[in-house]
Amino acid sequence: MSESLTPPPAPPEPEAPPTTLAGRLALYQRAGGIATPVATALLAFAISGLVVLATGHNPILAYRDIIRGAGLDWLLHPWRTNTVETAPYNLTQTLLQTTTLILTGLAVAFAFRCGLFNIGGQGQYFMGLFCANWVGVSMVGLARPAHILLAVALAALAGALWAAIAGFLKATVGAHEVITTIMLNWIAYWIGNYLFQQGGPLQGAANKPLNIPISGDVARSAKLPVFWGDPDLQGLHIGFFVAIAMLFVFWAILNRTRLGFEVRAVGYNPDAAAYGGIKVRTNYVRAMAISGAFAGLAGGLDMLGYLYHFGVSDVQASSIGFLGIAVALLGRNTAIGTGLAALLFGALLFGTTHGLQSNVIDPSLAGHLTEMIQGLVVLFVGADLLILSIWRARGRVRRQAAAGGPAK
Amino acid sequence: MEQATVLEMRGITKRFPGIVANDRVDFDLERGEVHAVLGENGAGKSTLMNILYGLYQADEGEIRVHGQPVSFSSAKDAIASGIGMVHQHFMLIPVMTVAENIVLAIEPTRRGVYFDPESAETRVAYLTRKFNFAIDPREPVENIGVGQEQRVEILKALYRSADILILDEPTAVLTPQEASELFQILRGLTREGMSVIFISHKLNEVLEIADRITVLRRGKKVDTVPREGATEESLARMMVGRDVLLEVEKTPGEAGDVLLEVEDLQVVDDRKLPAVRGVSFNVRAGEIVGVAGVDGNGQSELVEAITGLRRAESGEIKVGGAAIHHGSARKMLDAGVGHIPEDRQRRGLVLEFTIAENAELHDYNRPPASRWGWLFPGKFVEWAERLIAEFDIRGGRPGSKAAVLSGGNQQKLVAAREIARDPKVLIAAQPTRGLDVGAIEYLHRRLVDERDEGRGILLVSLELDEVLSLSDRILVIYEGKIVAEHGPDASEEEIGLEMLGGGRKDAA
Repeated sequence: MSESLTPPPAPPEPEAPPTTLAGRLALYQRAGGIATPVATALLAFAISGLVVLATGHNPILAYRDIIRGAGLDWLLHPWRTNTVETAPYNLTQTLLQTTTLILTGLAVAFAFRCGLFNIGGQGQYFMGLFCANWVGVSMVGLARPAHILLAVALAALAGALWAAIAGFLKATVGAHEVITTIMLNWIAYWIGNYLFQQGGPLQGAANKPLNIPISGDVARSAKLPVFWGDPDLQGLHIGFFVAIAMLFVFWAILNRTRLGFEVRAVGYNPDAAAYGGIKVRTNYVRAMAISGAFAGLAGGLDMLGYLYHFGVSDVQASSIGFLGIAVALLGRNTAIGTGLAALLFGALLFGTTHGLQSNVIDPSLAGHLTEMIQGLVVLFVGADLLILSIWRARGRVRRQAAAGGPAK
Repeated sequence: MEQATVLEMRGITKRFPGIVANDRVDFDLERGEVHAVLGENGAGKSTLMNILYGLYQADEGEIRVHGQPVSFSSAKDAIASGIGMVHQHFMLIPVMTVAENIVLAIEPTRRGVYFDPESAETRVAYLTRKFNFAIDPREPVENIGVGQEQRVEILKALYRSADILILDEPTAVLTPQEASELFQILRGLTREGMSVIFISHKLNEVLEIADRITVLRRGKKVDTVPREGATEESLARMMVGRDVLLEVEKTPGEAGDVLLEVEDLQVVDDRKLPAVRGVSFNVRAGEIVGVAGVDGNGQSELVEAITGLRRAESGEIKVGGAAIHHGSARKMLDAGVGHIPEDRQRRGLVLEFTIAENAELHDYNRPPASRWGWLFPGKFVEWAERLIAEFDIRGGRPGSKAAVLSGGNQQKLVAAREIARDPKVLIAAQPTRGLDVGAIEYLHRRLVDERDEGRGILLVSLELDEVLSLSDRILVIYEGKIVAEHGPDASEEEIGLEMLGGGRKDAA
């Protein structure tokens, strides 16, 4: 009679279901490993291929052209780096988009890890962008490193403060962050319309007499060094390395700091976090601020790296902050996943608009193909959450049955 | 009464991925008997009953009801064969009356369309008279107590002409008085020829109510024994597979200095209604103070206020003589209050965190776990390894997620973390809820050991047996007030009465 105290086959008790939307999404995100996001992306491509087929064109050729358009064929001859050639040039453009998407993706992912659904990446991105434009245009006479650092830092700070408003409202009056961040997006949107309009405070001095609602160009001293390509033709700037470094910073904050421990504890289980002595509300504000800093940084780097100026029509057309949601979802809120998803979406964004020939796909459809593939990926990310939730529910019933718990 | 077998289950096997939940289990039920199914969590009791009730289909084996082989593909089939089940969690609609709940889904109608409340009430009234249930069919369910709700569930089964009744852990939500009333009802039912299957893991009540007892362990039937000749010790041995110490061995406590003082504490619940209404007591070093009470009488709010998880409206809390105002959870931890929370999965652990991270849930923010904001994962692991060794936590390594541990080992991890912080006062809220006999034995032993180490222990439990067997002093809480205080030798009946608001208030 020397059996162990507790029977080993007893399966773990079923987890309490998370209560928040972000909590639920995050829960499903942790299930399924790497297979589901890969399958999700492949499925989206397959279905989009069927649509191309339905229009009477060859989907294989279309995808070949998208890959070429994204410059990924450069990998076949990596020694040809001169951006006068098509492939290296396209790749630099893809990586420019990737830079932005990494950061707007991290903005969503970081909040997710604290159990918050930050839909406000677009607004935070705008605030960073506006701020960088203001500093870059107006504070002339600074030394280059100082000018750049000041502009970048204030851009990140602007994004952080913008997002912290939503965190603060959640912590104090319980306003749901999904609602408040959407509202803040619209406020940022209209601020942008105001800033760059005719007579607006950030309208370029040279543009005023011409009645052009566009800002001035940032000063030469605030422009980021371009390391690949021609600065006047949207070359790849050092912000790319900043974004890559931020992937590591994201990982390190979450996994190696007290702050990250608290954020993750609150994200997984706010009740247990409070019991552990962690201030849950403080963490809501802090996590939103850090999220917003990532998005604000994206705006700052874009402005100083290749946009240099911004106008009312640009404000109205911009949606790269929203794409960060899809990046984070597909990347499952991890550093590596976000990096890879950002590369995928960056390639799509540039490849579909610049690679497709009219004999491969109807030119009027090309732009829509971009949106379609993006839309399907987002849809399937949502669907894979659904499939996973069904899968988990089945598993839960089985485990409960095995545990002798209630089956409902 | 004729002796007839109304139900036979032969060779029932049910496999789930990675586990055989039922392994060739035989079970039979005779007319007019109470047949208890006894076993630890995960022994396969509920699986067996869910198969009988049509919620699962057995992989192998055969079921006969009244001698006829049956095959249930849903609960509907089981109900049609005269089987009724009362689940642990009631499925009643609060705003509807007792009668409406009972007839729900098979309502009597007028002209085939219109609900006929008079007829429903008449039929339900007939049933309550026949089986002698004291219950008003016209009362809305939201106005009746838990014990009465359970009777409504039983009536639901009877209304559907059940003659085999399955009760899943029916006493888990009841006070001792309500439990003995339930037993009266069950005896009445069996006199009328009903047969009852009584699922439980509580030895004493099985011995009180059952005619025969079937014990399951790890999916297999150990034996079926008559009540005569069975003892708590023999049943526990069959359940666990070894000898179990049921009584906690302890010497009388030697109370020392006052470590926790609560003075006129007022706390409101989530709906801002008063939950704790002027509670005062103290806990001294080397004693276990038990708080007995029915669920929902302010225990949770009391514990949350003392541990800083809920702001008290007024009153004072002193730990080790020092008053703590507006104590946050962090302040209380630092003052030396340890807390084993009542819900280890919702409060006590972050299930997605590793064992190591959970082991440092309070102390991640100070050396050696971290310095200047930077964590040292190696130190987390070292600490977790110590706790795992010292508290015999099984089923996971420091890097495993806490979710993979069994309930007993999760609770050991919580207890290990709290005790290893060397608290002055340890608040143990329902420390053995949902645990099996072996784990309960360990935790009880450990609480007494920590008392003997000189800690003050406040034990809040809904299990009166647990309070009685561990406590040196017993406080009875009712509607947010301490209504009585007893020494260790108090009688179960007296406390049970006080838990319901009766009894003398001048007891000391």
